[in-house]
Amino acid sequence: MHAIVAIKQVPDTSNVRIDPETGTLIREGVPAIINPYDIHAVEAAVQLKEQFGGRVTVITMGPPKAAEALIECIEQGADRAILLTDRKFGGADTLATSYVLAHAIEALNAEWPADIILFGKQAIDGDTAQVGPGVAVRLQIPLITYAIAIESFDPVARTAVVHRRIEQGVEVLQTRLPVLLTVEKEIAPVRRAPLPRMITAARYQPEVWTAETPVAFDPRQIGLKGSPTVVGKAYTPAPRAGGAIVTVADCGVEAAVARALEVMGILDTVRSSVAASAGVEVA
Amino acid sequence: MNNGDQPAIPRIWVLIEQQEQQVHPVSWELLGAARRLAADLPGSIVEAVLPGYQVESLAAQVFRYGAERVYLIDESVLAPYRNLPYAVAVSQLVITYQPEIFLIGATTRGRDLAGAIATRVGTGLTADCTELAIDPAGKILAATRPTFGGNLMATILCRRHRPQMATVRPRVLPMPAPLDTGPGDLVRVPFAMCEDDVPVKRLRLIRAEERPNIEYADVIVAGGRGVGGPEGFVLLEELALALGGMVGASRPVVDAGWIDPGHQIGQTGKTVRPKLYIAAGISGAVQHRVGMSGAGVILAINSDPHAPIFQIADLGIVGDLFDVIPEMIRQVKGYSDARQAQL
Ligand SMILES: Cc1cc2nc3c(=O)[nH]c(=O)nc-3n(C[C@H](O)[C@H](O)[C@H](O)COP(=O)(O)OP(=O)(O)OC[C@H]3O[C@@H](n4cnc5c(N)ncnc54)[C@H](O)[C@@H]3O)c2cc1C
Repeated sequence: MHAIVAIKQVPDTSNVRIDPETGTLIREGVPAIINPYDIHAVEAAVQLKEQFGGRVTVITMGPPKAAEALIECIEQGADRAILLTDRKFGGADTLATSYVLAHAIEALNAEWPADIILFGKQAIDGDTAQVGPGVAVRLQIPLITYAIAIESFDPVARTAVVHRRIEQGVEVLQTRLPVLLTVEKEIAPVRRAPLPRMITAARYQPEVWTAETPVAFDPRQIGLKGSPTVVGKAYTPAPRAGGAIVTVADCGVEAAVARALEVMGILDTVRSSVAASAGVEVA
Repeated sequence: MNNGDQPAIPRIWVLIEQQEQQVHPVSWELLGAARRLAADLPGSIVEAVLPGYQVESLAAQVFRYGAERVYLIDESVLAPYRNLPYAVAVSQLVITYQPEIFLIGATTRGRDLAGAIATRVGTGLTADCTELAIDPAGKILAATRPTFGGNLMATILCRRHRPQMATVRPRVLPMPAPLDTGPGDLVRVPFAMCEDDVPVKRLRLIRAEERPNIEYADVIVAGGRGVGGPEGFVLLEELALALGGMVGASRPVVDAGWIDPGHQIGQTGKTVRPKLYIAAGISGAVQHRVGMSGAGVILAINSDPHAPIFQIADLGIVGDLFDVIPEMIRQVKGYSDARQAQL
C-alpha cells in the first residue's frame, strides 16, 4: 500500500497581530505550524500502513523552512518526505499549486502507484479548500472531500468505503482506488510519536525537488506565471463602529436590561413573535 | 480553455444548488449579487445553471430571482451528488458558452465542485468572497475575501482567464426579493455519462437530526467561554426561546463540547445575519466577528469593559451575564405575557 499525503506549513493565524499604528498585519515572529487538518491526514495514512504494510510519502510545496513540517510528519510515522521548493514556484495560486503537486505525485506514482492520496480539508491561512479537488481532477481519480472516516479499505479489490460529512448528515460512499480524500480532524486522532520515531525524524533530511530536477515542471504552469488570479489590493478590514455602553455596576441590572431592550428594539421582536404565534397581524 | 476572443455577450452565471428538489437559499443570494454586477457590466446578462435529476420544476423560481436564462442539465446520473458527473457536466457547459463570471455557493457541495470545475477549465477561483464588485477600470470582477484568519482583506482579480470564478458563503450576501417576471429562456442541455463511469457510489446517508439552521435565524443568542459550561447554555436557550430565536456559540465552547458544532459562528463555523445578535461572554475575536458582523444590531454582554466585542456592538452591557441574562428573560417574559393577555 502506498499513501501520499500533501501537507502545508502555515502561519499560526491565531497569533497574527495587527500593528495598531499602521493597521497592517505583523508577519514577523508569527510561528509556523503544520496545517492542523494535515497532521490528521498523515495519521490516517500511517494507520493504513500499520494495517496493510507499505509506505507513506509526504510532500509539500513551500519555502525551505517548510522542511520542519515534513520532519514532524516523519515523526508521526511517514517514511519519505519531499520538499518542492524553488523561487519559481513562488506566488502560486491554487491552480498553479494543484499543478505542481499533481505533477510531483505523478512522478511518485511512476515509482510506486499510490492507492490513496490525502489532503487536509483546507489550510487555515487561505481556507480555500481548492487544492485537493484540483489535484484529483489533474490525476483523473475519484475525489471525496470532508472525509471523517475510512470504514473499509481493500488494496487488493481496489475499493474503499469512506464517510463524508455534509450539511444533512454523513454520506457513506464506496469508491474505486486510488482515491483522493480531503479530511476533517475526525479521520484519525493524532497519537504521540514514540521515541524511536523521534530519533529517526531528528536525523531525517527531506528530499528537495526544484522546478527542474529530479522532475521537470512546465514553467508556464508554475508560480506567478501559472496563476490566473492576482491580489489587487490587501487591507485591514474597517471595524463596524461600536455604540453605547451601559454598566451594571453603575445603574443596576434591571435598568441596564430595560435600557438594552428598548434601545435595541428587542421588545418589537417579541411583540411580533407573540402575535405570530397567536395568528394576529402586527400593525 | 481560453481562446482569447471575447464572447459577444458577457454572461454572468450562478450555479443553482438543489437538494431533494429544494433550492439552497445561497443560490438566490448569488442571483441577487449577479444582478448587481450586471448593472455595472454593460450589456451583460444573468443566467443560471441548474444540474440535478427531475429538477425542471425549480426553473420557475430561478427565473423569479432574476435569471434571464436557465441551463437545465437533468439526468439520473446527477441524482445523488457526486463530484465527477457534476464537474464534467458543468465544465462542458462552461466551455461551450464561455461565461465572463461564474458564482457558486461556498457550501460543502459548492466547495467540492468549484475547485474541480476551475481546474478542468483552467481558470482562477476565489473562495469565500465577502464582497463582489466590477472593477470600474478593467470591467473585471473584483472579489474580496478575508485571509490570514480574517485579519486581512484581499481583493482578487482574474485578468485573462475566463470565467472569473468565485464562491460566497451562505448569508454573507443579502437575500434579494423575488421579481415579478415571467419565465425566461429554458435551455435543456444533454449530458451523456452513464452510471458505470462514475467511480463513487453513495451507499447510504446517515441523516443528522433535523438541526435548526442558525444561518437563517432572525434572532441569535450566542454564548462563549464566559458562559462557563453546558449549564450556562440552558440559560441562553431560555432567552432564545423567549425571543423566538436560536442559540449560537464561539469555537472554544464547541471544542469543549458544551454545545453541538452546528451552533458555531465564525470563520470556521457559520456566517449569520440575524436582525438581532446577542453575544454573551464572547470576547469578540476577529475569527468570531467575521461570522456575525453582518447582523442588524449587536448587543454584547461582557464583564470585561475592554472586551473587543464592545468595539462592534451597537449596545454593550458591562456586567456578569449570570445577572443580566436572567433579568432579560424575566423582562421579556413579563412583556410577552402581558401582550398575550391583551390579544
Ligand atoms: C484559524 C482559526 C479559526 C477560528 N475560528 C473561529 C470561529 O469560527 N468561531 C469562533 O468563535 N472562534 C474561532 N476561533 C477562535 C478565536 O480566535 C477565539 O479564540 C474565540 O472566538 C474566543 O472565544 P470566546 O470569546 O468564547 O472566549 P474568550 O476569548 O475566552 O472570551 C470569553 C469572554 O467571556 C467574558 N466573560 C467571562 N465570564 C463572564 C461572565 N460571567 N459574564 C460576562 N462575561 C464573561 C470574558 O470577559 C471574555 O471576554 C478561531 C481561531 C483560529 C486560529
